[in-house]
Amino acid sequence: MDFSNIIPALPSMMDGLWLTLKLTTLAIIGGIAIGTLLALARLSNNKILSSLAGFYVNYFRSIPLLLVITWFYFMVPFIIGWITGTNQPIGALTSCLIAFMLFEAAYFCEIVRAGIQSISKGQINAAYALGMNYRQAMQLIVLPQAFRKMMPLLMQQSIILFQDTSLVYAVGLMDFLNTARSRGDIVGQPHEFLIFAGLIYFVISFGASTGVTYLKKRFSV
Amino acid sequence: MISIEQVNKWYGDFQVLTDCNAQISKGEVVVVCGPSGSGKSTLIKCVNALEPFQSGKIIVDGISVGDPATDLPKLRSRIGMVFQNFELFPHLSITENLMLAQQRVLGRSADEARDTGLKLLDRVGLKAQAAKHPGQLSGGQQQRVAIARALAMNPIAMLFDEPTSALDPEMVNEVLDVMTELAKEGMTMMCVTHEMGFARRVANRVIFMDQGHIEEDCSADEFFNSPRGERAQHFLSKILHH
Repeated sequence: MDFSNIIPALPSMMDGLWLTLKLTTLAIIGGIAIGTLLALARLSNNKILSSLAGFYVNYFRSIPLLLVITWFYFMVPFIIGWITGTNQPIGALTSCLIAFMLFEAAYFCEIVRAGIQSISKGQINAAYALGMNYRQAMQLIVLPQAFRKMMPLLMQQSIILFQDTSLVYAVGLMDFLNTARSRGDIVGQPHEFLIFAGLIYFVISFGASTGVTYLKKRFSV
Repeated sequence: MISIEQVNKWYGDFQVLTDCNAQISKGEVVVVCGPSGSGKSTLIKCVNALEPFQSGKIIVDGISVGDPATDLPKLRSRIGMVFQNFELFPHLSITENLMLAQQRVLGRSADEARDTGLKLLDRVGLKAQAAKHPGQLSGGQQQRVAIARALAMNPIAMLFDEPTSALDPEMVNEVLDVMTELAKEGMTMMCVTHEMGFARRVANRVIFMDQGHIEEDCSADEFFNSPRGERAQHFLSKILHH
């Protein structure tokens, strides 16, 4: 084993890591935002709204992520072109970002839904009794408590998402893993590079979950 | 102030309220009592539309609660409600609990909301707890904060839904004292409670419910000394003889 060839490859791997982290962060933010709206729709009294959201969630949870990524890569430019009438490529990064947000939203939705359902009806009644409307009751009372309770699960899903971003190799994006693998191939040492990549994935994932445990202890009342 | 006319409510096939009628005037204190499952909590929740009802009318300060055109949040902001399980917001401090709806619903400034909140907190004897979170307070203290939170909205009437039922016995009186004081100041109050001592001392009227019917609606004296109905007599004999 000879790890010395990794050092000259570090700058390009840092670029790859940056892309991985950017994709992860934006997908988490978008996924939780869309997932929360989906959860509210699923719990809505409006039958049409709740079954549409239910269909969405069940559909995305029933197909492999790799399929979604490639499908979006080919379909999204086509759909955008069809809507706007222009024929401009949007790039693999944007299509992956949209794919991840929409795919992960289905999983985040189920977490947030369980979180909302864990808040007692009494809390909602108390918010209503003080004159709050539905939006205020959700935004000020229910969701802050739900997110606190769901933090471990949201974090767990985010770490899975972080690891899943490596699937973007399928559409040729140079994320961290893809960069490491191609740099390893160039110097003929794929094993060293993959071991190194695995170590970095472990440090980030493990570090994140440890950090959350610490934050949870500090902020729980 | 509160007028309940021929109200009926069903859960599926099960009728929880049957032809309920009651009037509560300004400044009156009315205790609603009855065996469990008699519909008293449901009735009080109908008054601020936390529970819908299928027929009849409830008018609060001239506004029809069941009318789909009624601005319910606005109406509710004018009626204070205190719950059996306190329902303080656990993720907020006591001060924030008192301020939140004042700011977001009434549009008061942070300073004004804090002043009003702390003044009321002082009134229920808990000024020292302002910075704590609800989980750090005893049940009795939490319920007193809940009363202060409702009062901070300057309500025209207060609804109490079994405010002492979830409390340890030694904490019941601190809450009843606050309620008694409130009654003396002329607050219009509708209280679902099993505290017959409170009813006797403080209530102007007692409404007795059984199986969704209002069986008795009379002065407190009359209710305790010469209840007319058999069911009320039976209820009183069970609740007073120990």
